[in-house]
Amino acid sequence: MTDLAQTATGAPANEAEANARRRAQVRRSLARRNRAETRFKMLGLGSVLAAMAFVAILFGNILSNGLPAFWQFTLETEITFDPEVINVPDRPVRQAGQSDADYQAEMLGWQRRLAMVNWNRLLIAGVESAMAEDGVTTEIDARSAQSIIDSGARFVLRDMVIADPSIIGQTRRLNLLLSADGDNWAKEKLSRNLPDERQQLSRPARDVIDALMESGSVHRSFAWHIFTNVDSRSSPASAGLAGAFMGSFYMMLVVLLLAVPIGVASAIYLEEFAPKNRVTDLIEVNINNLAAVPSIVFGLLGAAVFINIFHLPLSAPLVGGLVLTLMTLPTVIIATRSSLRAVPPSLRQAALGIGASKTQMVFHHVLPVTYPGILTASILGVAQALGETAPLLLIGMNAFVANIPATPLDQSAALPVQIYLWQGNENRNFFEERTFAAIIVLLALMILLNALAIWLRSRLERKA
Amino acid sequence: MTSVLIAVLVLALLGIAYSQGVSRSRLLAGQTRLHSRPQYHGALVALWAVLPLLVLLLVWLLASGMAQDWYIASQLPVEILPGTTEYASAAARLRNIASGFGVAGEAAEWEATAGAALAQFNTVLMLAIVALGAVLGVVGMLYMRSRLTARTRARNHVEAFIKAALIFCSVVAILTTVGIVVSLVTETVRFFTFVSPFEFFFGTVWNPGYSTTSNEASGSYGMLPLLVGTVMISLIAMLVALPVGLMSAIWLTQYANPKLRNAIKPVIEILAGIPTIVYGFFALVTVGPALSGLGDVLGFGINATSALTAGIVMGIMIIPFISSLSDDIIRQVPRTMRDGSLGLGATKAETIRMVIVPAALPGIVGAILLAVSRAIGETMIVVLAAGNAPILRFDPTEPTSTFTVTIVTALTGDADFASPQSLVAFALGLTLFVITLLLNIGALAIVRKYREQYE
Repeated sequence: MTDLAQTATGAPANEAEANARRRAQVRRSLARRNRAETRFKMLGLGSVLAAMAFVAILFGNILSNGLPAFWQFTLETEITFDPEVINVPDRPVRQAGQSDADYQAEMLGWQRRLAMVNWNRLLIAGVESAMAEDGVTTEIDARSAQSIIDSGARFVLRDMVIADPSIIGQTRRLNLLLSADGDNWAKEKLSRNLPDERQQLSRPARDVIDALMESGSVHRSFAWHIFTNVDSRSSPASAGLAGAFMGSFYMMLVVLLLAVPIGVASAIYLEEFAPKNRVTDLIEVNINNLAAVPSIVFGLLGAAVFINIFHLPLSAPLVGGLVLTLMTLPTVIIATRSSLRAVPPSLRQAALGIGASKTQMVFHHVLPVTYPGILTASILGVAQALGETAPLLLIGMNAFVANIPATPLDQSAALPVQIYLWQGNENRNFFEERTFAAIIVLLALMILLNALAIWLRSRLERKA
Repeated sequence: MTSVLIAVLVLALLGIAYSQGVSRSRLLAGQTRLHSRPQYHGALVALWAVLPLLVLLLVWLLASGMAQDWYIASQLPVEILPGTTEYASAAARLRNIASGFGVAGEAAEWEATAGAALAQFNTVLMLAIVALGAVLGVVGMLYMRSRLTARTRARNHVEAFIKAALIFCSVVAILTTVGIVVSLVTETVRFFTFVSPFEFFFGTVWNPGYSTTSNEASGSYGMLPLLVGTVMISLIAMLVALPVGLMSAIWLTQYANPKLRNAIKPVIEILAGIPTIVYGFFALVTVGPALSGLGDVLGFGINATSALTAGIVMGIMIIPFISSLSDDIIRQVPRTMRDGSLGLGATKAETIRMVIVPAALPGIVGAILLAVSRAIGETMIVVLAAGNAPILRFDPTEPTSTFTVTIVTALTGDADFASPQSLVAFALGLTLFVITLLLNIGALAIVRKYREQYE
């Protein structure tokens, strides 16, 4: 006490000076520290903004590159189904007593005759008639005229004849897709100043397209065929996603039918029934690790077991679905377990207290409460499986398939694999845009699934 | 037709058996007190009726093709040798005739008779199976129904069945792991009969000479170039993801007000839901050329497909992973620690740097390990954007290759499955699996320990 008093009275000037100095020091350092605080805070804000900027750039990039692909240039013109060019016998009619095989053979023979028809002549005539209609007088050789229209138009005309042979001899007004090169030119994707030898189309073809664009015969229309056509190598402008969509659909069906019941059942067992011992611990660790195993390892499993041992067909949605099921299973199990864990114990005790058996308690009382959680987890698991690519490549789904699969055992593509295939196409100028369009379709489906999950959860939780 | 018939049979049996069980137990209930409620009696009888039928159908599914093949073999003339293409086409013709589809042109007489016989055989076999199934089902139903008494512990039996089904489902996850390990190990052992493990693990040259004629290992299979590529790309990814992810988590937990936080968090997490093929294409088409242009401006060459391109885009993909994991971990640091530091006069930034982050460090390390394991196993980004050049070099601006890229190229090529060129994918897969497993186990152990510390 006295000591303190003494120092306080003994050196008042000194003390005050020291305090002032200290205060000044603190004030000075405080300014520095506050600046550091601001810097740190800005750094954090900057990181958040950077992350959000990445989202914006990614989506902006995809949308700006991909949306134009949904509108393709078409040529509106009159096509005459000239009977001299389409020189085929009448469509075979099924005779009484004829076997399926004979009829099919005859029909195939007829269609082969149709396939051999020189459809290109009709297309060239169509280009010429559009030019005549619009008063375009450019000299154009047959080859250049043919290069304007997508080669898939031949099949469009052929299918029209197959569907209705009486069309032969008539004239129809059609909207025909421009070829990939023509579309590139019309969309100005290549510099127009490049010399002739570096252009994909000949000079007359380019001039005709320009002239017809001016007169309105060549115009943009919405490319519905992206959704209804299958992939095509020979006529890229009419390549579509229908096959890939069905393939993905079948796979998601398999995932839903297998991963959800098995995952939920397994979660119920582990959470509600399993005794707490080393075996259950092992299963638990195992499931957690399985959730973090790289997806490509599941592809290796599929290649070794499903393809090489069980000899299931290559590129089949069934096999893809099985591989994706194994991959999604841990996600479903973990999510279901956490929603089971969130059910208050009082509910269980109440059920057991009034005499329910354990099974009755789980299935009648606990499980219904967790439906929203399970549903959300399942949809999110499916969405995740929908975008997975790597394992599918290893089970042969990178093959080119130009059919819509009729069953899950047929060869098929899938949406993400179609993106992979299109990005590797040599016709980069045309397919880059097309790939972005496929990405938009895939992302739109995923966003739809996620929105569905959110909507269902909020709806069900309000009810519960 | 057949499947509809069988489905009807199963459903009818299910319904009849259930109602039989219920009505029987109602009858018993009139005389004395039941052990289980009538529904359980019904379910028990239904199980007895349907399970044998399902087992039979499963056997048929597996064996019917075999039976048909055997019958066709007995019908074909002996001159057509099994295993030849004529044999296969003759068998296909018989099948077509039997199915009523017919063959184009005139069928030979023996073909017509054999086809008719095959059709008859198929019909008889199918009817026999259905009849046998129905009889089995009815017998099972009648047996169980006759054994129902008031004291039958039907509920316990049904619940035991449910429990068995649940256990079976949980075993699927284990079987998956076993399947992964067994298939990877057996194929890797097969690979090591071509190439010595020493050469594989320590070789510095990757050049699996693709030869279509021989199954000999004609090239070199040193995985070190791939390991270096994998590590380099993961490192770059972490250099991008760690600062951005961690600082975002800190800002969101410590600075942002809750409303803003709830709006921003889902936006960042969108990045986690985008398929990796999309990132890969984005890297290939947008980021790669941009980086290469930047390199030109700065005066040194950056390849459009390089470790840098793949690494940066992979880092963007991992940001939400790091930020949401660190977010959870930072929020677990007790509030008292934070308040103590603030009470002593530390600024918020000082508190975070000197108290919260050190306290959360073990958890953050765990999160980093998980992120690294994800980066190492990532496939599509590197397949598209890393350039697939398996050469041992440490320059991130050059194309490189990784484990995953090499697995994809090995198994999507034309090489025979049993050739070392394909089998090497499994050796690489096993290495990848072990590395990621160790990282995951380590990370989970650290995170769990950290959680216990503050609980």
